[in-house]
Amino acid sequence: MTHLMDILLLAADGTAKMGAGIGAGLAAIGAGIGVGLIGGNALQSIARQPEAMNDIRTNMFITAALVEGVALFGIVVCVLVLFL
Amino acid sequence: MADRWLQILLSIIHSRNFYGSFRYSAFVTYLCDRLKNHPSPDSRMTVRLKIKALTTIVLAWVVTAHVCASTDDPAAIPQESAATEISDSSHAAAAESANEEGGFNAGEMIMEHIMDSHEWHFFTLTRKDGTEWHASICLPVIIYTPGVGLNVFSFHKLHHPQVYKGFALDEENHIVRTDGKTFYDFSITKNVMQLFIAFTLMLILFISVARNYSKYGVKAPKGIQSAIEVIVLFVRDEIAKPMLGEHYKKYLPYLLTLFFFIWINNVMGLIPGSANVTGNIAVTMTLAVLTFILMMFSSRKSYWLHMVSPPGVPLGVKFILVPIEFISNLIVKPFALMIRLFANMLAGHLLVLSFIALIFIFAALSVLAGIGASIFSVAFATFIYLLELLVTALQAYIFTVLSALFIGETLAVGSDHGSEHH
Amino acid sequence: MQLLTPGLGLIFWNTLIFLVVLILLRKYAWKPILKALDDREKTIDDSLKTAERTKEEMNALKSEHEEMLQQAKQERMAIIGEANRIKEQIITEAKEKAGAEAAKITEDARREIENRKMEAIVDVKNQIGAMVVEMSEKVLRKQLENKTEQEEYIRRLADDITRNN
Repeated sequence: MTHLMDILLLAADGTAKMGAGIGAGLAAIGAGIGVGLIGGNALQSIARQPEAMNDIRTNMFITAALVEGVALFGIVVCVLVLFL
Repeated sequence: MADRWLQILLSIIHSRNFYGSFRYSAFVTYLCDRLKNHPSPDSRMTVRLKIKALTTIVLAWVVTAHVCASTDDPAAIPQESAATEISDSSHAAAAESANEEGGFNAGEMIMEHIMDSHEWHFFTLTRKDGTEWHASICLPVIIYTPGVGLNVFSFHKLHHPQVYKGFALDEENHIVRTDGKTFYDFSITKNVMQLFIAFTLMLILFISVARNYSKYGVKAPKGIQSAIEVIVLFVRDEIAKPMLGEHYKKYLPYLLTLFFFIWINNVMGLIPGSANVTGNIAVTMTLAVLTFILMMFSSRKSYWLHMVSPPGVPLGVKFILVPIEFISNLIVKPFALMIRLFANMLAGHLLVLSFIALIFIFAALSVLAGIGASIFSVAFATFIYLLELLVTALQAYIFTVLSALFIGETLAVGSDHGSEHH
Repeated sequence: MQLLTPGLGLIFWNTLIFLVVLILLRKYAWKPILKALDDREKTIDDSLKTAERTKEEMNALKSEHEEMLQQAKQERMAIIGEANRIKEQIITEAKEKAGAEAAKITEDARREIENRKMEAIVDVKNQIGAMVVEMSEKVLRKQLENKTEQEEYIRRLADDITRNN
């Protein structure tokens, strides 16, 4: 009986870790798509309007940071799951 | 006066061959020669000398600390070896778990590197008889217990399984009170120590630069001054002015200090053997809270009005929008600020350490695999390391820009396209 | 888990260090640095403005100078023209004067000649008169002697007259 409980607990622990890993991966995918879109579009607009490069770059960094922040929230939640 | 003192110090260091075979002595010889050849060195030279002497002092301090550690240990060895069987909780447990996993525990190694601790640990040597020698500096522990008072002692007192003034170490190397009372830990930990170093560095750097300005006046900048000036101008013209409008002068000192504080700590965190200061949530939280306090103190009536009743929004939507606005502005923004810097710096350190840990994991399997992995790992770790160098500046910039942006929002700078997007 | 729980001690020390750094740097670093940068920008701005103004002044001076040069040239031309005109005038005047003088001298000479001629004529008339009187006297004397001789004599006298004249 205790053996079974141990195995179940171990399995639960493993599932939680797997869930945390998957969650972190999904967060990374989301951030990747977001930052990729921002970077790509920023490059396009710089190519179209090279004289507005400084403004575009500043806004790109800010937006990328905001997107990244959301992804980092996801990762923090995953870390919480992993360690709690 | 100070220069003369430096000269004496340098000559002492030189004459006693302080560092032995250490290459630094060649450098010191060079410095002494330059001093002798130039009885009245120009100001730039003295500034450089001061910086070099400071590094000498820090190095000397580290070396002496090493010496202390090594002289302390032999006396402790019998005690340790005697105690292992009985109650050597942390070390024995660690050794046990390490033995189970083939001599190397990657998770423990990584955690030890990125976490704060009461000792500044450099490396560990294992003797032939299995005992370990730790090259580490034990830092002062300062604990305030309500009702008992302040306790200040070296962490060395707690190093071996022993109880000192009612304090002991638990399984995870945390300090606990044996009587279970609550206490507040204000110790000078590894991170605090590094903060002090960064503090000194910043003061020396910027005050010497400022002195340069008062010396050269409106003339072109020289030396380190020109490097600092570019960044100062960048912060002023690219961050403060566009984000804060005409109020920028009031917040510029905060933004400059913030930028350089984060950047210097980020870069110092990358030095091998140093503490991971900005990758610690307490540090980023403090900075985010300071920005939040500034936001609250600088906020105007229009900011709150805008938040309580967004203009041009139907009443039904307001019920949903207003709480969202409140949460977004008052909680999410500073929280995101905190998490972003923390997670970015942590992730960089984790990546580099993971790649390095891979070498030992593979080496535990076979020597050949270790050699193969080391080539791959070092290449990737170097790449990540270089990327991190970029990230250090980028994250400092982003933290500063977002701080300026949030403060600017509360000042209703450019309110026509402010918070509608969120 | 310790990763995500901020430690109280670190918060305390970090706040302390950051605030002290902020206050110290604000007073001893940022203030002089920003002031120096502002000063320098102002100096550069002023210098540029001064340079611009100097350039403008220079341009103004240059155009003024050119104007003066042009004026001088014109004046020179005018002076030369005037001189030429005066020269011409003097020459013509001189010519006229000379002409008049010459005419006057000629006139005087002619008048003198006329006078002399008149004098001579008068003189000749007088002499002829006298001669005529003399001859007539002689003729009258000789008439009494010989007719042929008389005639010869008269002829001779006439010859003399022609020879004398």
